Amino acid sequence: MSDETLIKVEGVSKKFCRDLKKSLWYGMKDLGNELFGRRHSGNGALRPDEFWAVDDVSFELKRGECLGLIGRNGAGKTTLLRMLNGLIKPDKGRIEMRGRVGALIALGAGFNPILTGRENIYVNASALGMTKRETDEKIEEIIDFSEIPQFIDAPVQSYSSGMQVRLGFSIATAIKPDILLLDEVLAVGDVAFRTKCYRRVDELRELSAVIFVSHDMGSIARVSGTVMRLDSGVVASKGIPDKIIGEMETGLRHQHAHGRNVNQCDDRIKKFNISPPFFEVAQRNEFRIQVNIETRTPIDGIQIWISIQDFAGNHVAECVLDQRSFNNVLITGENLWEVVFDMLPLRVGEYSWQVTLVDLCGRILAVSRNEVHVSVVGTGISAHVAPCTLPIKNITALF
Amino acid sequence: MARPGKLARAMFHDLLASRELAWRLAVRDISAQYRQAFLGILWAFILPLANTVTWIFLSGAGIVSMGETALPYPVYVFSGSMLWAILMDAVNAPLNQTTAAKSMLAKLNFPRESLVISGIYQTLFNAGIKIILLLFVLPFMGIDLGWRLLLFPIGLISLVMVGTAIGLLLTPMGVLYTDIGKGLPLLMQFLMYLTPVIFPMPKTGIAAAIYTLNPLTPLILTARDWLTGLPAEYLSGFIIVNVLAIILLIAVWILFRLALPILIERMSS
Repeated sequence: MSDETLIKVEGVSKKFCRDLKKSLWYGMKDLGNELFGRRHSGNGALRPDEFWAVDDVSFELKRGECLGLIGRNGAGKTTLLRMLNGLIKPDKGRIEMRGRVGALIALGAGFNPILTGRENIYVNASALGMTKRETDEKIEEIIDFSEIPQFIDAPVQSYSSGMQVRLGFSIATAIKPDILLLDEVLAVGDVAFRTKCYRRVDELRELSAVIFVSHDMGSIARVSGTVMRLDSGVVASKGIPDKIIGEMETGLRHQHAHGRNVNQCDDRIKKFNISPPFFEVAQRNEFRIQVNIETRTPIDGIQIWISIQDFAGNHVAECVLDQRSFNNVLITGENLWEVVFDMLPLRVGEYSWQVTLVDLCGRILAVSRNEVHVSVVGTGISAHVAPCTLPIKNITALF
Repeated sequence: MARPGKLARAMFHDLLASRELAWRLAVRDISAQYRQAFLGILWAFILPLANTVTWIFLSGAGIVSMGETALPYPVYVFSGSMLWAILMDAVNAPLNQTTAAKSMLAKLNFPRESLVISGIYQTLFNAGIKIILLLFVLPFMGIDLGWRLLLFPIGLISLVMVGTAIGLLLTPMGVLYTDIGKGLPLLMQFLMYLTPVIFPMPKTGIAAAIYTLNPLTPLILTARDWLTGLPAEYLSGFIIVNVLAIILLIAVWILFRLALPILIERMSS
């Protein structure tokens, strides 16, 4: 449309507190400051146990543009969005927003479980700033889009979470906002509905400035023109989607290669090592890892827990190696097993493994975090329902 | 608060903007509340009714002896309990509404005043049920509802206004610390015995001084006088309390507006 700037963010920062009791106490102090007309949170310095959740972020967004926000959990994406939506005030910096703001920070906010879907549409639309007349005009469209006309007069507590998301998304996008803030909202719906939502976002994007937060790099790359990566509240990089997403994934690989932080909790374990530290595996191909444990004394009945996380920190697959799959006794000295898996039923991407060694009573003997990093390559078709169990083919003792 | 003009305009603007949402929220809460309760609207007066029955029994059986009242004692305690329950509703409403709307506050940007107004609507709705019951029962208890009944709405509004001001004052702290919400019923119970709700006005001693200084006294007495057709004995006190309450209400409204962004960042993510 035009190059009207709708969002202008200058040096915005926000601090949070790690400790609940302190947080509440600081809240009381901030309240006092606010009453005396001072900017809350004192002079901007960090107090004990505080940290910057968002630190000196600046950007501008024009009508028709879409900014994708990526970063690991806790990087400050949602906090930034909540400031943009005016829910919380920045401690430093300025935010200018022009026009009607539609925010899907979480869907179904304010749904009352006892009331019917239709009644909730009116309440929710009203909270989003729609008058009753506007809602009357749009209600059929909202119900149509949500694809749940047969349940619209049933209480919302009988809805599945997917259905609530459908309804919430339909209401929030019906207001035709100038600025649309989307926070991981599309993670719940089924594929068909998600596709429909992306189409709706595409339509809205023509008329609005959109900020889109997601952990799904595919949809970020699809929807956004620019991607901004946040890391511990700071803008780590900003640019075209492919570059930034690539950067994030290599950064992760780098971190895994260097972050061999084995935490040994038990004196009996001298060494706990998974190899190779990095490997690539094609989807649906067999692959193998080696587990190497050195002990000072024999230990009976160990278990090895494997948990796989995607780069966003989501748990996606797991398996337990115990007496059912191998002779789980550690002898003094070196113990080496080769574990063969049928396949890694995950979609293409980067993953890290956390391997934990546990004794008979469930006590943790050793943990290896980010020790092994794996890249799944292949056709890109997602085959799994997360989290899934890794299929073990066999385990061979090599000692 | 360097720009009082701007603040006043913003407050007025948000107040207007919140009318419709407040109505929706009130309808939502009232219908949800009664849809899930078997006894339905009976809950609006079960508690004060139980209180009334208790005290009529205690005084009738001679366990406690009440002083002289202009009204028959059952009428006195029944009307007092009902009016006190209305005040309680109004005091509780702002904190309850804000706490119940936590998830909504954390996710949606809407005029925050709508929560308070929705609470007032709900208080008035519940008060309406109580008053209908009172108007129905009082004639059977031998009370002539005189022309002064026309003044009673003023008494009702000032009860709700004073209650809302007190409740709103406690809300910012109450959202941060649950102690307030837990301690409030205790405090209100204690206050009830210092107000001529169940006991008549003491004539002498320290109790008389406390009862007279208690700003809630003229509210309850005046509302009860008008309801039961008596001339208002404490009218000047009633007017003073109302003027002070209006000032307090505006002050705590500003407090509430300033406090909410701080509360929201502390209460959720």
